[in-house]
Amino acid sequence: MPDDAAAATADEEETAPPGAEADEAPRRHGAPVTQGDMEVLHPSREELVDVACALRDEDGFAMCLDVCGVDYLTYGYRRALPEGIEPQRFEVVVTLLSHERRERLRLRVQVPAHDATCPSLFDVHPGSEAMEREVYDMFGIEFTGHPDLTRILMPEDWEGYPLRKDAAIGRIPVQFKATKDAR
Amino acid sequence: MSVAGEVGRFTSEGGQEMAPRRAATADELLRELGATLRMSEADAADLVGEGPSEEQTMIINMGPQHPSTHGVLRLMLELEGETVLRSKPIIGYLHTGMEKTGEDLTYLQGPTNVTRMDYASPLFNELAFSLATEKLLGIEHDIPERAQWIRMLLTEINRITSHLLFLATNGMDIGAVSMMLYGWRDREEGLRVLEKITGLRMNHNFIRPGGVAADLPDGWRDDVLRFIDDVPASLDEYDVLLTGQPIYRERLQGVGVITAQEAIALGATGPILRSTGVEWDLRRDLPYLHYDEVEFDVIVGDYGDCFDRYAIRLNELRESIRIVRQVVDRMPPGDYRIQDKKVTPPPRARIDESMEALIHHFKIFTEGFKVPEGEAYAAVESPRGELGCYLVSDGSAKPYRMHVRGPSFVNLQTLPHMLRGGLIADAVAVISSVDPIMGEVDR
Repeated sequence: MPDDAAAATADEEETAPPGAEADEAPRRHGAPVTQGDMEVLHPSREELVDVACALRDEDGFAMCLDVCGVDYLTYGYRRALPEGIEPQRFEVVVTLLSHERRERLRLRVQVPAHDATCPSLFDVHPGSEAMEREVYDMFGIEFTGHPDLTRILMPEDWEGYPLRKDAAIGRIPVQFKATKDAR
Repeated sequence: MSVAGEVGRFTSEGGQEMAPRRAATADELLRELGATLRMSEADAADLVGEGPSEEQTMIINMGPQHPSTHGVLRLMLELEGETVLRSKPIIGYLHTGMEKTGEDLTYLQGPTNVTRMDYASPLFNELAFSLATEKLLGIEHDIPERAQWIRMLLTEINRITSHLLFLATNGMDIGAVSMMLYGWRDREEGLRVLEKITGLRMNHNFIRPGGVAADLPDGWRDDVLRFIDDVPASLDEYDVLLTGQPIYRERLQGVGVITAQEAIALGATGPILRSTGVEWDLRRDLPYLHYDEVEFDVIVGDYGDCFDRYAIRLNELRESIRIVRQVVDRMPPGDYRIQDKKVTPPPRARIDESMEALIHHFKIFTEGFKVPEGEAYAAVESPRGELGCYLVSDGSAKPYRMHVRGPSFVNLQTLPHMLRGGLIADAVAVISSVDPIMGEVDR
């Protein structure tokens, strides 16, 4: 499955080389590319795993440095997204590293609030496991295909997702837990 | 999730805990076995139900209060006799929501917050945060030379103190209690130098967006040189005390082995990655500040075991001393922070004579300076690996989102791989060799 996907995206790249059409944003492995402080790819949720896989196998981005979430609920400005990418409330930001090329690369995935799910990168980068759990814990974004999606930093019975912009600081009652049974 | 639900009814941490063997699914075994790199899902499915029965194994908790877990790390270990089968780190006991707090502090207050994350090497947190802020401001190439060299000087001294702390705790975990005393003693000398320069032993809040908080004090050169002249003699002592000692080697060699492929797949950085033979050091490979202008070697290991990780840190100390010596020689004159009126408050003397300067000063410290909207990621090579800071700005004076990629947090994922099949006594050595700082893991 990953090989097929990689081949498919490679074909796409051949038929539409980056910057071939002046109007169209450049693409890499089928995902629109923008330049920030590093190269930024904007794959859709469906493309995410295939793009990460192609980047790993073809371009040497072998290490998943970081997975983090951003809640753009109260962001007042227009975000720097390429055309065709619909801004959504949540964004999953993945930072990849290639040791051979000595460069980092960022993937920004839009995740809508009404369906806060995102495919897990666990099969491509096992190291994303704890970081995806953290995003789930802090933002309530569910990673489909994650082997052990549980809260990691907050207590298991915590209600709400603390890093969401509608979870205010200082308004959370202090919670104590009673021991149910002595172990 | 069903497994989590089943366990959750009986335990306080619910699904975060390790499930009993009968409840382990193929997915979970795939992960627990550390086999994501080598084993297919079908192979893992075959394994379900195999292995020792539940009567022969026992799940025990190591931590959160255990001297060898360096804080409040809790490990659930499944033991068969003395052999560790599965294990799972459970974290979050030190979680204080520092990323959320960071969204409510200005960029000038930010370093005060992040410096408390990795409390054994606080200056690296401040540096990563400051570099990311400077990227957003677009002033990363305008930081004065002296400020950059001061940053290098401080972080390298901090690396020395952090690695000395590792040597101390590593020695104690293995049973070389005298090493504990020597390590803390030498670290204290380093902290004394840092205290003289920054005013504080730890949590300095000294490296700030735009430069550093103050110029180096009089006599800094003598203090720094005295410190780095003393350390090598101690390191030679440690070589006698630990490196060449057969008991110590027996405890560490061949214990907690991890391969380069595993380390890369799991996102491990720093000494863990280098112990597997991967030459990767951000200071050399993606240089920041002026690391491309100083000479030092990247230390790598061969076997990926605990001894390699110990030896790498011991020799990185020597490299850091080399760097500090070069920095002391080359310290340029000039400003210690950027003279950009938007970012830098006016000097104290100006406040007495100019009303505008007073207002400006007041504004910067109450409202903070505004940072253009955008996103930036900056990373430094902390003693534990790649310490990154990801900032999203919405154009206001506070970060819209502040995320720190803590190397300890990611490195902890290698524990189940390294512990598997070892003895429980070796678990102590393995945890110690990862050198996790829980403040950074939980943030």
